[in-house]
Amino acid sequence: MEKQAVQRAREAFLAGRPRPLEFRVQQLKSLQRMITDRQGEIATALKQDINRSQYDTPLFELIGLENEISLAVSKLAQWAAPRPVERNLLTISDQAYIQPEPLGVVLIIGAWNYPWALTLQPLVGAIAAGNAAVVKPSELSEYSASLLKALLPRYLDQELYPVVCGGVSETQELLRQRFDHVFYTGNSTVGKLVMEAAARHLTPVTLELGGKSPCYIDKDVDLRVACRRITWGKFVNCGQTCIAPDYILCEPSIQNRVVEGIRQTLLEFYGPDPKSSPDYSRIINQRHFNRLMTLLEGYTATVGGQSDSSQRYIAPTVVKDVPPQARLMQEEIFGPLLPIVTVSDIDDAIHFINEREKPLALYVFSSNKKVIRRMLAETTSGGVTVNDVIMHYTLNSLPFGGVGQSGTGRYHGKHTFDQFSHHRACLVKSLGLEEVHMVRYPPQNHQKVRRVRLAMRTPLVDFSKGTYIWAVTASIVALGLLVALTVILILAAGVSCTCL
Amino acid sequence: MKPCPVCRPIHYTYFATKTRNSIGHIFSRSVPFLNEMASQSEVIDRLRATFRSGVTFPEQFRMTQLQNLLSLVEENEQLIQDALHKDLHKPKFESVLSEIQITLNDLYFAMENLRTWMQPEYNIGKNLATRMDDCFIRREPLGVVLIIGAWNYPLHLILLPLVAAIAAGNCAILKPSEICQATEQLLAELIPKYLSQDCYAVLCGGAEDTKSLLKNKFDHIFYTGSQVVARSILLAAAPHLTPVTLELGGKSPCFIYGHIDIQKAAKRLCWSKFFNTGQSCVAPDYVLCTAQTRDALLPALRETLRTFYGPDPGASLDIGRIVTPRHWRRLMDMLEKSKGKVVIGGESREEDRYIAPTVLVDVQESDALMQEEIFGPILPILTIESLEEGIDYINRQEKPLALYVFSDETSVVTTVLNNTSSGGFCGNDGIVHMALPGLPFGGVGASGMGSYHGRWGFETFSHRRGCMNRSWLLERVNVLRYPPYSDYNLGWLRWATTFKKNSWGGCSVM
Repeated sequence: MEKQAVQRAREAFLAGRPRPLEFRVQQLKSLQRMITDRQGEIATALKQDINRSQYDTPLFELIGLENEISLAVSKLAQWAAPRPVERNLLTISDQAYIQPEPLGVVLIIGAWNYPWALTLQPLVGAIAAGNAAVVKPSELSEYSASLLKALLPRYLDQELYPVVCGGVSETQELLRQRFDHVFYTGNSTVGKLVMEAAARHLTPVTLELGGKSPCYIDKDVDLRVACRRITWGKFVNCGQTCIAPDYILCEPSIQNRVVEGIRQTLLEFYGPDPKSSPDYSRIINQRHFNRLMTLLEGYTATVGGQSDSSQRYIAPTVVKDVPPQARLMQEEIFGPLLPIVTVSDIDDAIHFINEREKPLALYVFSSNKKVIRRMLAETTSGGVTVNDVIMHYTLNSLPFGGVGQSGTGRYHGKHTFDQFSHHRACLVKSLGLEEVHMVRYPPQNHQKVRRVRLAMRTPLVDFSKGTYIWAVTASIVALGLLVALTVILILAAGVSCTCL
Repeated sequence: MKPCPVCRPIHYTYFATKTRNSIGHIFSRSVPFLNEMASQSEVIDRLRATFRSGVTFPEQFRMTQLQNLLSLVEENEQLIQDALHKDLHKPKFESVLSEIQITLNDLYFAMENLRTWMQPEYNIGKNLATRMDDCFIRREPLGVVLIIGAWNYPLHLILLPLVAAIAAGNCAILKPSEICQATEQLLAELIPKYLSQDCYAVLCGGAEDTKSLLKNKFDHIFYTGSQVVARSILLAAAPHLTPVTLELGGKSPCFIYGHIDIQKAAKRLCWSKFFNTGQSCVAPDYVLCTAQTRDALLPALRETLRTFYGPDPGASLDIGRIVTPRHWRRLMDMLEKSKGKVVIGGESREEDRYIAPTVLVDVQESDALMQEEIFGPILPILTIESLEEGIDYINRQEKPLALYVFSDETSVVTTVLNNTSSGGFCGNDGIVHMALPGLPFGGVGASGMGSYHGRWGFETFSHRRGCMNRSWLLERVNVLRYPPYSDYNLGWLRWATTFKKNSWGGCSVM
C-alpha cells in the first residue's frame, strides 16, 4: 500500500504536474482554505489527542502555518527564479546563475506534539518547491492523524500528496522505498534509523530532533518578567515542546527567587488547581506518563509534583538543587518537570553546557550585554532566544533547525523552500570569443599557462588597498583638472563678459 | 623526506598483480606500525580538545592558516607537479590549471570574503511582535570534520574542502586517496609543516583504515568518490547523526543539437572529455545527437584530436595515463564488451596504462559502455531522432553530476534545462562551470548531496544559528500570549504576528 502511494506520487511528479508555479500556488491556497474551514474539527482532534486548549491550537499550530502559506504564495515567483552569481574574466559574456529545482518525491514524517504544524509546515515548503510529498503523520496523535488523512485528499491533489497512516511497521515499509529527500521530526533514536534507511538510497535527510535546551538566568535580571516568560514556554503543551526550556541554570543566590517567580506565575496562569484549568494540557500517552514519573523518583518537588494517572495529568513541577548526574538531567524531559541546576558563575554555566550534546535551543536571560555576547560566542545550539523562550521559532526568516545530536538541516519560510530544492549551478556560454579559449587547448606551452591563470582569477575587479588608493587619487586628480579647466574657461569667457 | 607520523603501511587490497612492488614499498617506509584505532582516536581527541579551546574561532587565526595554505601551494608548485605527474602522468598544463590554480583561486576568494562571510546576517524580515528585537543568523563552526579525497584530482579535491573548513573555523582531518601515493605522501609531509598541527592532521591508509576511522564521531564528513563507498559512509555516519556532503558522479550526458558551429563544439567537447584522460567526475560521459550531426561531428573530432595531440597521441606530452592497472583493465573490458563501432582511436598500451582518445558510434542503451560511469578517454555517441527522445533517455537514468548542451538555439538549451535535472549545467562548453566560485558545485540524487566552492563551502562547514535577542520592553504585548487564555487576546495576538504582504517597511495599521 505504501509502495503504491509512492509509485503514484512519482508518476504524477514525472508527468510534470507540480512544475508550474500557478499549480503550486493553487495547492497552497487550497491548504489555507482547509485550515480556515476546518479549524473547529482540528481543535477537537487536538483536544482528544492531548487535551490542547482551544486557544493553544490557533496560537501554536495554525497561525504559524497560515503565515508560512501566505509567505510562500506571495514570494514563490521570487524564490523559484534563477539567482545570478558573480563571474570571472573567462565567463564575462556568459550567463551564470543558480536555478532552484524540485527534488522529486519527498517523505515528511510528522511528530505528535504539534501534529499539524510539524507535519504541514514542511509540506508547505515541499509544495512550493514543486515536489510531490508523501505525508506520514504520527500515530501517537491518532485523532489528528485520521483527520488529516480524511481532509488532505479533499483539498490537495490526491496523487501528489498522499497521506499514509500507520505505526512502526508502516513507517519502516515507507522508509524502504526510495525518496529524493526525507524530512523527519522526532527523537534522535528514530532519527538515526531514518538516516540509516535513507543512506541505502543515498537520500539526503533533514532531521529536526531535540535535546536538553538549557536556560541560563543571570543574577542581574528582572526575575519577575524572566520567570513569567520561562513558565509560559516550559508549561505550554504540558512541556511537550522540542524547544521548551528543558532545565534552568542559575547561581544559588537567586534560586529561591526564581522558584517563587515561577510559583506566582503558575498561579496567575492556571489558578491554584491546574488540573481543572482548561488551558493546561495532558501527557500524550501512558508510556510517556510513566517515563516522566520515573524521572521524578527520588526527588521532592518544590512546586507541584501531583499527578493523576487516569487522566495522564502531571502538575507543573519545579525541582531545586538537582545534581548533574540525576536521571532528570540525562535525557530530554519533554514534560512539565523543570529542574534547576546551580552553577557558580557564567564560566561554570558555559562549561556545563559545552560538556553536553549540542541542544536544539539555548536561552539566556540577562541585562548584561557582555554576558549575552559570551554565551552566544562560547556555546553552540540549533537556535537562540535571549531574554525570552521559544520566540526564535516564530520568526520565519530565521532558519529553524538543530546541530549535532539535535538535528541536521533547517526550515521555516524561504529556508523550507531551499531545503526541498536542488540548487542547480548553470553556466550558459556562447561559442563566441573562441580566441580567448584557445589558450586552454593542447598543445601547451608556458605562455598559454600564464594567460589562463590570468583569465581564471576572480574577483573581476581588484578590490585590494593599492587599487583603492589609486582609484581615489586618480578621481581627485581628475576632478581637480576638471575644476581647473572650468575656471580657465570661465576666466577666458569672462574677458568678454561684464558680470564678473 | 619526513615520514608522516600517523601514516600506516598501505593495505594493498587493490593491487593483486603488483604485490612485489607493494611489499617493497611497505618496507622502504620507515614508519612504525601503530595500533590503528588508538592512534586515530588520539589524533581526533587532540583536534577536538583544540577545537573546544576556541582557538580556531577568531578571524585572524583562520586568515593566518589560509595564508599558510596559500604559501604551501605557491612554494611547492614544482613538487606538486612532479607528484601529480608520477601518479597520473598529468601534463604540467593540467596540473596548473585544474589543481594548482583552482586551489589558489579558491584561497584568494576565501581570504577576500572571509570577513563578510563571518558577519552575522542582520537583514531579516520581522513582524510587529518582534519589531523591537535583534534578530540575526550566526555562522558557527561545527567542530572536527573529516575530508576524504579522491584520486583523479588528488590535490584540489582535498584542499578545496579544507579551505572551506578552515574558513568556517573547524578543525579538520584529511584522508587523501591512497591510490595516488606520491601526492598522498607530499600532503602528509607538507600539511603539518605549514598548518597548525593541533588543528589539522593528515591520516593515510587504505580501505580498512578508513573503515576504522569512520567509527569515530565527526561533526561533518565530506566525501568525494563513488556511490558504493558513499553508502557505507552514510551508514557509518547515521549512528552519530553526522551530516555528510557527498560529491559523487554519474554519466554526464552531452547534447549536440540544432544549429551549431560544429568545429568549435568539437574543440570544447574534446577538451572537456579528454582532460585528465577522461578521469573527471564532470567529464561529458556520452554524446546524444542526430545522425546528421554525428556525421558532421566525426571529422571535426578527428581534426581537433590531431591538432591537440598530433598524429600519435601516445607520444604526446599533453595527454595523461589511466591511474592504475586495475582501472585500465576495467576500461579495456568495457571497450571489448561494447557492441559499438570504434571510429577514432582504440589503441592502448598496458605497460604505461595508455588508452588513446577513442570515439564509438552505433552505441545502444543496453551497451556495456552505457551501464556505468566511463571515467576514461572513451566517448560513445548515441543517435537520437529528436530532442524529446534524448530528454526521455536522460530522465530514465539517475540524475547526473553535470549536463551539457551544445546549441546556438536558446530554445534547445531552455527545453533541456527545464525538463531535466542534474548537479550542474553548462551550455556550449564542458567542465568550466566548476571553475566559477560563485556557483555551488555538487550533485543531486545519485550524483551526491550538498555542495561547495567559494561561499557554498563555507556554508557547508558552518551551522546557521538563528538568534533572537528580545527586548524587555513591550511586555504588555507579550501579556497577550499568557494564560488564562481568551478570545480577545487571541484576536490581537493574531493580528500582531500575522505576515502581511509588503509589510516590510513600517507599520501597516497606525
